[in-house]
Amino acid sequence: MKKINWPIVLAGGLVGLAAVVLTALGNPANMGFCIACFLRDIAGATKMHSAAVVQYFRPEIVGLVLGAFIMSVASKEYRAKAGSSPATRFVLGVFVMIGALAFLGCPLRMMLRLAGGDLNALIALFGFAAGIGVGVVCLNKGFSLKRAYDVGKAEGSMLLVALVGLFILSLAVPSLFAFSEKGPGSMRAPALVALLIAVVVGAAAYKTRLCMAGGIRDGIMFKDFRLLFGFVAVFVIALIGNIVMGNFKLGFAGQPVAHSDHVWSFLGMALVGWGSVLLGGCPLRQLILAGAGNGDSAVAVLGMIVGAAFSHNFGLAGAAASADAAGGVGIKGRIAIIVGFVVFAAISALNIQKQEN
Amino acid sequence: MVDVRGLLCPMPLVTVRKEIEKNAPASLEVLFDDKGALDNVTRFVTGLGYKTEVVKDGPDYKLVLSK
Repeated sequence: MKKINWPIVLAGGLVGLAAVVLTALGNPANMGFCIACFLRDIAGATKMHSAAVVQYFRPEIVGLVLGAFIMSVASKEYRAKAGSSPATRFVLGVFVMIGALAFLGCPLRMMLRLAGGDLNALIALFGFAAGIGVGVVCLNKGFSLKRAYDVGKAEGSMLLVALVGLFILSLAVPSLFAFSEKGPGSMRAPALVALLIAVVVGAAAYKTRLCMAGGIRDGIMFKDFRLLFGFVAVFVIALIGNIVMGNFKLGFAGQPVAHSDHVWSFLGMALVGWGSVLLGGCPLRQLILAGAGNGDSAVAVLGMIVGAAFSHNFGLAGAAASADAAGGVGIKGRIAIIVGFVVFAAISALNIQKQEN
Repeated sequence: MVDVRGLLCPMPLVTVRKEIEKNAPASLEVLFDDKGALDNVTRFVTGLGYKTEVVKDGPDYKLVLSK
């Protein structure tokens, strides 16, 4: 029996609890936290796409990055680094986002959807794990995006400064931005409360290195299940919270902001799993690393924002089921996911270092 | 000396594991710039029976392994 790592269990539980609270305060159902959805909302708020129902400058994203920054500085571990294949990381970020938005959620929302009884997320979880498995094969064959180097402190803080600046601007001059009047983008917890909760979660996620992909990856590679405890804790606490709040509804049909296109949910999240392993962490982890000064992760986040804009401008994102339509991933989204697999295969092959004899 | 500075997880652990599997060294020094990676590798090599000592090296950490 492996020893339970309580700090990461507590961090995972904190994320699950925060998600339930944020939902109770106004965020969309099963979307207390969703890194993919919230980056997409920010892309919409800054008019990078024009999908009217998903536009809002989500304070949760700002808070997560800020919390990681504060905790890394307080721990004397803040270190500005960059230079580990940034352009490749940008492209990985783009396709990770395209995969996530086909399914309608990042790995964190996948667990929150599952905790709400949405069994479509279980199919996606299998896909996510399969994608991580492919990524692990690449790592075992010698995949590496090479090392990062120390850079000036300003380089490490660019994403944080941009997010905080735009967030303040969105509060001070909201007319500059687009804010949804209906749909998921119109469902919001109070901004400052959401920011504060996310700061706490960001700090905890930094300190414990919580990562939705890392748990499965390390379990496969090293039989190290430490990170997996956090992954499971998110699910358990959100599940309890949903049952207590009366938000648990088991089944495939009628789930909030979801569809039952299982093949493409599986493949979309497989793309996310593979990309997350190549990037060195899930979308949440990329935000946290960016907050702690990693410029390469900041570039991956920028890639995700652009990927979100592409998803909606080019009609790649999955459509949620409604009373009138089954929803799902359209032909353009399916092609984009296949292109994503081809791109990831090429990136993997081109970055596998030859083994020394 | 194995230098894993600037590598994101799990590359530090992959690199050290590869070195140990290839050469089975009785002693080894590993240079880190990330506390999390240092903790991960320390946990892994301790499980393999290595004794460990951490030496602060400017902004970096040097992990000294011995059997």
